[in-house]
Amino acid sequence: MKPAPFRWHGPETVSAALDALAEFGSSCKVLAGGQSLIPVLAMRLAEPAHIVDINGIAALDSVVVSGEGVTVGALARHSRVERDLDAQRVQPLLSQGLRLVAHPTIRNRGTTVGSLAHADPSGEMTAVLALTGGSITAGSIRGTRIIRAADFFVGVLESALAPDELALQAFFPALPAGAGSAFVEIARRHGDYALCGVGAIARLATDGEVTSLRCAYLGVSEVPLVLDLTESWSIGMAAEQAMEALDPVTDLHARADYRRHLAGVLTNRAAAAAISNARQAVA
Amino acid sequence: MTAPEPIHDVGLTVNGISRSASVVARRTLCDFLRHDLALTGTHVGCEHGVCGACTVLLDGEPVRSCLVFAVSVRGHQVTTVEGLGQLDASSDPRSLSPVQRAFRDCHALQCGFCTPGFLTTITAGLVVNPTPTTAEAVEMIAGNLCRCTGYQNIVDAVLRAAELTADPSAPLPDDPADPAHREGR
Repeated sequence: MKPAPFRWHGPETVSAALDALAEFGSSCKVLAGGQSLIPVLAMRLAEPAHIVDINGIAALDSVVVSGEGVTVGALARHSRVERDLDAQRVQPLLSQGLRLVAHPTIRNRGTTVGSLAHADPSGEMTAVLALTGGSITAGSIRGTRIIRAADFFVGVLESALAPDELALQAFFPALPAGAGSAFVEIARRHGDYALCGVGAIARLATDGEVTSLRCAYLGVSEVPLVLDLTESWSIGMAAEQAMEALDPVTDLHARADYRRHLAGVLTNRAAAAAISNARQAVA
Repeated sequence: MTAPEPIHDVGLTVNGISRSASVVARRTLCDFLRHDLALTGTHVGCEHGVCGACTVLLDGEPVRSCLVFAVSVRGHQVTTVEGLGQLDASSDPRSLSPVQRAFRDCHALQCGFCTPGFLTTITAGLVVNPTPTTAEAVEMIAGNLCRCTGYQNIVDAVLRAAELTADPSAPLPDDPADPAHREGR
């Protein structure tokens, strides 16, 4: 239960971090909060030769909120993002999802961008980025590029980041006017990985009609899945459409059909809560 | 790795005192505290972030010290269970911190292995929420495992600690050792 030896690099600037990543590439892992990486190292599921520890790069510890959305730097801890009142106002789905990420003690250290780069399909932040249509800014000595959420998650624990790239920040677009959001999940133990989770964003017309309902799913697909359920919701078939679209796997914690069942139940709960929140926003 | 493993100088402030040691980068903060600084109050349970026994306060906020490398927190402030309070020479329990006193009052431990993690977690939790409800007390300790108590007495201790934080002389209503209690019977 002790990590294997590695060479530690503690850059204090982004450019020094990118230089280290360029030099050591695929034999290297980036350490931010470490709440997923350090267990993996301790159990020796991974033995990277190099660790680039970005905890000393103060410039990456940022949360910037504008009318456009919320930009979270690579070193911003979950707890800081969760507590940011401006972020809650501009994109409430962020804090609604964050309060379900493990326990507060883990959120004090774990980072939102690190959780995205980890690309765990049971991670709440992956679903939030996908549902809000957000993006990741990746940097390397070759330059900077913006990767849309739809292109960022490639597979289980696999992102579109190249070995020499560092996820510098994540951008979560603002919730549109007249919209409401909600995030619900079911886990076997409080704070544990969810068997299934659903985030929802609903938009209403001025007469209260649901003009858009989109849901994102975690724990039931290899990459975060976003479904447009507007049509099926209007005829009372949203849960059925979601269950049809998903192809969860059976594992130690739950059978595939149980996960599918949860996805249906949680679709209705998340949608109802998002619509209720949208009504309050419109009122 | 054929080359010798590099050693790093790590200096940080532990319980208000400047401490340092030279360690390998894979030294976790909990091992650093225990092996290098001989502060064995911090207990190491699962070593992968599940049990909460190793919780310490990093710049005032609870973190799992098994999920932090010592080298990552150079220059930071760490508070361990030793820093919460120590029984003084008179053995007066009032020399303990309110959370430690509450654990004593409510019999919130049996074997004591998980206790350091609970004490640090609750100490920080009561700073954020000084008047928790029972439900909030449960939520506060939800990230810590205890195999002895069944948690009921720990939840009681959270509420008692809140009471003691507000009023260090708050009586314990049903303490048989309390003279006021005996007179009331």
